[in-house]
Amino acid sequence: MSGEEQFVVSLSVNGTRRPVTVPARRLLSDALRHDLELTGTHVGCEHGVCGACTVLLDGVPVRSCLMFAVQAEHHEVTTVEGLADADGRLHPVQEAFRDCHGLQCGFCTPGFLTTIAAALEDYPPGASISADEAREILGGNLCRCTGYQNIVKAVGRAQEIRTQRAGLSGDEATDRDST
Amino acid sequence: MKPPAFGYAAPRSVEEALAVLADLGHDGKVLAGGQSLIPLLSMRLTAPHTLVDINRIPGLADVTVAEDGSVIVGALVRHAELLAHAQAFEALPLLRRATSNVAHATVRNRGTTCGSVAHADPSGEMTAILAITGGSVQIAAAGRRTRDVGAREFFLGPLESCLGPGELAVSVRFGAPAPRSGSAFLELARRQGDYAMCGVAVTVTLDDSAEVTTVRAAYLSVGPVPDVHDLTAPVAGQRYSTADWRAAGELAASLVEPEGDLHASADYRRRLVSVLTERALPLAAADAVARTQVAA
Repeated sequence: MSGEEQFVVSLSVNGTRRPVTVPARRLLSDALRHDLELTGTHVGCEHGVCGACTVLLDGVPVRSCLMFAVQAEHHEVTTVEGLADADGRLHPVQEAFRDCHGLQCGFCTPGFLTTIAAALEDYPPGASISADEAREILGGNLCRCTGYQNIVKAVGRAQEIRTQRAGLSGDEATDRDST
Repeated sequence: MKPPAFGYAAPRSVEEALAVLADLGHDGKVLAGGQSLIPLLSMRLTAPHTLVDINRIPGLADVTVAEDGSVIVGALVRHAELLAHAQAFEALPLLRRATSNVAHATVRNRGTTCGSVAHADPSGEMTAILAITGGSVQIAAAGRRTRDVGAREFFLGPLESCLGPGELAVSVRFGAPAPRSGSAFLELARRQGDYAMCGVAVTVTLDDSAEVTTVRAAYLSVGPVPDVHDLTAPVAGQRYSTADWRAAGELAASLVEPEGDLHASADYRRRLVSVLTERALPLAAADAVARTQVAA
């Protein structure tokens, strides 16, 4: 389709402005992976079922395979590459997945991490997240390896890490762990 | 799994959008939330010549509670925004009860309520809610006054509405609940957020002595369009706390003509209509009592 009209789109991804030249039909997921070489965003089903391609649009999770890149202009996109701090310190949800063995093959993991990272923002540090609430958060993401149990655990663990980092007494959090 | 090539227009006003759509005629397709349209494009089940992306048009993202208690939802209101809208919930609790069942949170963040109605999917929650509230769709076109089309005329068949070439659904209006009425919404899906195998929205209206006067129900995933069924006969005049809701459920099962598919056979869906109706009606009756505080 060499004759296809091209659009210059100024994407803002993980705090950096990156212009891309794409046809209108370029999915945001493909623009991230192919044009910007941010291959952390994984593409599974490519029709909005599996959740692997979930990114944050202005902080809110959306499926990047259900948006065109031309629609992302003037919005802030956060991919899994943007979750960790600039100094490399992992996001609480990333640390929690490591602690709880929340991944096996890792294909679906970027979608889980972005989805959970956004959901955590609905809970103040110190508040607990029940397993039922965790399952509701994870409902739109498919994983074919883990059986989900450790992912559910990782949601609670991520919240503990947030609580500790927020400076609410680490002892308190540890006490809660052991009870 | 990549969409076919298409032209792309991103108008900045309703007037501009209508002009573009008028020029395109049958070749134009409106893109709002895209949560149903983009999968159809990716699976190459549709191949419009040009997408008219309305996301940059200001003024289409408002939820308004009208004086008569109806709720008007602009074309760019996302499901998540409607779900969080306190006044809309207060005016019409059925809206939130149904919207929380629309797909998953990630899809609700992007998908629009108006688009969901315009998509006319009989397994969609909002199509049933529009029908049972006696709602309507406001349809604009270039050089013409906006027309207001009731749910019964709007839905023509599965994925088929009366929206014609050059037309844009600028908002949907969900009708106000009747006085002394309550509502409930239930659906059953394989997993929370999946397409419902069957779902039901019901309203129950009571008189001043808490006896049943009207029972209505609309279903998802059991017919080509969201018909509204009158289930009053088996429970008319009965006290809300002891009404024969099972008989109303059985009546409903005799009125619907579901089709079977991979997820549920026709017989199973018919059974679900009966059971979900029987479960939903007492909830709606209790809601009517709670909302209007008629003598319990």
